[in-house]
Amino acid sequence: MKVVVCVKQIPDPALPGELNPATNLLKRDGKLILDESDSYGVEMALQLVEAAGGGEVSLVSMAPNNEMSGLRTALAMGADDAILVSDENLAGTDALGTAKVLAAAIGRLSPDLILAGVESSDGYTGTVPEMIAGVLDLPSVTFAKQISIDGDTVKVQRQTEAGYDDIECKLPVLLSVTAGVVEPRYPSFKGIMAAKKKPVEALDLEGLGIESNTVGVVGARQETIRVTEAEERESGEIIEDDGDAHQRIAEFLGELKVV
Amino acid sequence: MSLNTIMVFAEGDESGPTTLTLELIRAARGLAANVEAFVLEDGSSMAESLGDHGVSKIHAMGGAEGKLVGAHAAACLANLVASNVPDAVFFGQTPDGRDTAARLSVRLDQPVITNNVGATVEDGVLVLEEPVFGGTQNIFTAFRNDGPSLALFRPKSFDAESIGGGVAEVNVVEVADPGNSGTAVVTGRVIEERSGPQLDSAAVVVSGGRGLGQPEAYELVEELAGLLNAASGASRAIVDAGWVPYSKQVGQTGKVVKPSLYFACGISGATQHLVGMKGSKVIIAINKDPEAPIFSVADLGIVGDVHKVMPALIETLKAK
Repeated sequence: MKVVVCVKQIPDPALPGELNPATNLLKRDGKLILDESDSYGVEMALQLVEAAGGGEVSLVSMAPNNEMSGLRTALAMGADDAILVSDENLAGTDALGTAKVLAAAIGRLSPDLILAGVESSDGYTGTVPEMIAGVLDLPSVTFAKQISIDGDTVKVQRQTEAGYDDIECKLPVLLSVTAGVVEPRYPSFKGIMAAKKKPVEALDLEGLGIESNTVGVVGARQETIRVTEAEERESGEIIEDDGDAHQRIAEFLGELKVV
Repeated sequence: MSLNTIMVFAEGDESGPTTLTLELIRAARGLAANVEAFVLEDGSSMAESLGDHGVSKIHAMGGAEGKLVGAHAAACLANLVASNVPDAVFFGQTPDGRDTAARLSVRLDQPVITNNVGATVEDGVLVLEEPVFGGTQNIFTAFRNDGPSLALFRPKSFDAESIGGGVAEVNVVEVADPGNSGTAVVTGRVIEERSGPQLDSAAVVVSGGRGLGQPEAYELVEELAGLLNAASGASRAIVDAGWVPYSKQVGQTGKVVKPSLYFACGISGATQHLVGMKGSKVIIAINKDPEAPIFSVADLGIVGDVHKVMPALIETLKAK
């Protein structure tokens, strides 16, 4: 079985994000790491391939400056190889443009199954996986919280507002997986060493056959016209519990007329 | 100068449209002369309430029973907007809303802007407001496309308002065949238990997070919620860990809540969580770590151990 996992490499979410004042785009020029949301897809792919008795897990990613440190993390977890798309004309690409690029890369691999996270931790549009399926004219199931494969059919529990739906679909299909769908493994030392030698194919837009005016700032057809500071919420009374903080809370609840 | 027509992707069930749908209609009404709605099923059950909120016409798609909404609704909407081009199509940020907007974006080759909390028309162009970096900044983005603008909105961004409009006209539209992309089928539907006050609408919400230490400690949250007649919620961390179902999740993914009182127990206040509860009127937080970001938004912050403070508070409230 051949599985492709879409992975995003993002600025470390522990660091404060920043906009480039000239372009109003998120700064992505520093070191990038594997988006935690995508580590679930990588783990799911590894487990499904194991359960199927063998196969291949390939990664696709789009990032500036041929950045691949996040990809190396996913390769160290056990993925076999990767395609990395990097091109200076991709700066400012929106969700639809990203889907066009990733779909073109995926199309070169003819997978049985495509996995992605429900949404990235930095842009969180939550639309790219479904758009990739749209570009490739494939069925899709988003918000997958449990996945099993039986022959050429995939069975999915799709999270809903009220509970979940059971969904069935024939392969090939695209699934977006929720965080928590599986417990991602930590790369082993052996895995980290092996990842350094795994093949990463670097492609630009020309190599993918994509016209540069369909992606990037031009293809996005939208413009950030201003950025404002949000009204700060004032923090109030902070007290350290020395055994009677519960009384202060009870008093406060009384003032609010909650109790 | 306002827009001519905005189409709203309306969601709901036999009991009527969702609150989010009515919020979108309110937003659309302030921006366009004419507001129409796209609904699944026969639409008749919503004609009255949608009309009452200002929708003039409903486009109803039947025949999608047992199928995933996104691919089918997008195929149908694509046909509809080709002959009857609206200036914009508004979606709620729900699983089906996101799927449909994404599929429609590909079919029409039009951009979609997500996570919006506000909208205006400036120089005849739709401008959307999106909070970034945990809501510390707002980005305003104008469409520069030629064709319908697609926009996804976060819940509770607008106040629904009944305006006493008449019953909306219903136009039944044929199901469009989405081809291969529509072949996933729904074989079952599981509703997880929902009793007591609901997260979306409760006046008080008590939520628990990783600081509870173990799944059993969530009972403290339930007990305190019971005493305050509150809905119980959770941070993403403990939903991911499987302690409580997703339906309790408050945050960027999960539910947006704006109660009169939000009580955060053992929640550090990651950006993902703050986005979903910052709009609460009053916030109380208990956390061990004095540096936890939740304290920057709390009206009353207790630096302490939830395992000590919560049982003591529960006893105090019971004694009253």
